[in-house]
Amino acid sequence: MLINDIQIDDTFAEAFNMRGTRVIITAQNHKWAYHAANAMTGFATSVIGCGVEAGIEREMTADETPDGRPGVAVLMFAMGSKVLMQQLETRMGQCILTCPTAAAFAGIESEDMISLGKHLRYFGDGFQTSKLIAGKRYWRIPVMDGEFLTEETTGMVRAIGGGNFLILATSQPAALAAAETAIEAMKKVPNVIMPFPGGVVRSGSKVGSKYKTMFASSNDAFCPTLKGVTKSELSTDIESVMEIVIDGLTFDDIAISMKVGIEAICQLGKNSGVKRISAGNYGGKLGPHLFKLHDILKGSGL
Amino acid sequence: MSALTFTLKQNLQQSINCSALTPDNLAEKTAAEISSIKLIAGKHQLLVADIFDISGTDTQHIAFKNSSHKLDYIGANMTAGSIAIEGDAGAYLGFGMKSGEIHCKGSTTAFAACSMRGGLLKIDGNTGDFLGAGSEGSRKGMLGGTVIVKGNAGDRAGDQMRRGLILIEGNVGDYCGSRMVAGTIGVLGNTGVYTAFNMHRGTLLLKNQPKLHVSMHDCGTHTLPFLNLLFKSFAKYNTEFSKLSNQRVQRFVGDTAYNGNGEILVLTD
Repeated sequence: MLINDIQIDDTFAEAFNMRGTRVIITAQNHKWAYHAANAMTGFATSVIGCGVEAGIEREMTADETPDGRPGVAVLMFAMGSKVLMQQLETRMGQCILTCPTAAAFAGIESEDMISLGKHLRYFGDGFQTSKLIAGKRYWRIPVMDGEFLTEETTGMVRAIGGGNFLILATSQPAALAAAETAIEAMKKVPNVIMPFPGGVVRSGSKVGSKYKTMFASSNDAFCPTLKGVTKSELSTDIESVMEIVIDGLTFDDIAISMKVGIEAICQLGKNSGVKRISAGNYGGKLGPHLFKLHDILKGSGL
Repeated sequence: MSALTFTLKQNLQQSINCSALTPDNLAEKTAAEISSIKLIAGKHQLLVADIFDISGTDTQHIAFKNSSHKLDYIGANMTAGSIAIEGDAGAYLGFGMKSGEIHCKGSTTAFAACSMRGGLLKIDGNTGDFLGAGSEGSRKGMLGGTVIVKGNAGDRAGDQMRRGLILIEGNVGDYCGSRMVAGTIGVLGNTGVYTAFNMHRGTLLLKNQPKLHVSMHDCGTHTLPFLNLLFKSFAKYNTEFSKLSNQRVQRFVGDTAYNGNGEILVLTD
């Protein structure tokens, strides 16, 4: 498949089941809501080393948030419910409780409700106050800047992580510029996050390694400097590859996000230096969700 | 279908227990069956048909007309439907109510919303003592639901209240929020003495500065973000409380004589 002279490989991204949650962080203004949310979603690029994958889904106006203050919505994903619960509590305690003026609210309803401020309340040392307002329980925890307000629980839902595509370009600046364009477009899609720095990952991995202690290692087939010494996927004109990884609440959310991202790149045309779009997979044997690039892009209108 | 309507025939000398006349108890009953229900009046039992003219068929929407303060326990333990009272109601209006809605367009006597667990109780007039309290000997007051009083309330409003919301647009008597365990009481009028006496936890939201006993302690004036959530939750009710927006309050905590951590929030202008 060719779109605007950019080749779309007939391949697929392979994704896994995850557990996800959404938290709404509000503060006195967006500046401090972002401070809180950036801290909460920091060091949360990959479940391999961080426990969770988290990111800011979108900015919210004061009209949209429960307490009428400016806020942001944060999505957080983990491989299992236990890890998600642990990480959420830890990050709430260290990043939201500590951040001036910040408050936290449930961002998603579900039958499975997990602790948001339920255990954090004990920080109040007996001075914490519970309020049941319109059927939802909130905790008011006295802190030095006033009161920290948090909802007791938030919903946990089944989600999907690991949707991805690869951008193959003739130079590193070209690959990164195209990735940035894709990310800008994908940020407008709801229910997804791109958890890596700036939404882009340069160290795509393959399963396994020559070293016994390593579970994953550099994806040498897509490393441009190894073209001559490994079974490379890259043609001679490809000098740099960037990957965009997407976690989302549903299959469709991720598919839409991938479509929007790839289309944004294709609109740049071949003069952008982008030659191919591909995707990372493990032969379809590991993840239950397959995002076939050609299927996703059908009916794109380009 | 028109609402099943009980119109009181005469001025009653003795109080009557109307707890049998709820949507739950009357569901799928015929007019004849309803007429022959026995109501307790002191030591006597009276038939519904002896006391009321009955009209309408919709047992899920019940109306009392020409009602008086001799009709006790209206809406007791109801779990669904609605009751409209054209006139006054007696004691224990909405006793143990779990869901549904009661709207009393007149006034009530004592123990309205006693041991209430859920639903909405609206009183357009005044109400007596022990609004939202527990029944005699009970250690638990109101356990949930919402009560809106447009007029005044008597003494001990919210006594031992554990959960729920009471909004009083008028004045309250003495000991408002006494022995309160949790929940929220709002008062736009004046309060009597010993407000929050032996209060354990919970919130009293007052518009006017109360005269407090020494074991309620002033913690200063603050802007509390949770009030925005609270005010938003008032918006769905037709009440003066829906107009509140100022989150700045003076906070009193106590009752420290009881080692309490309850709070009185006095709205500032």
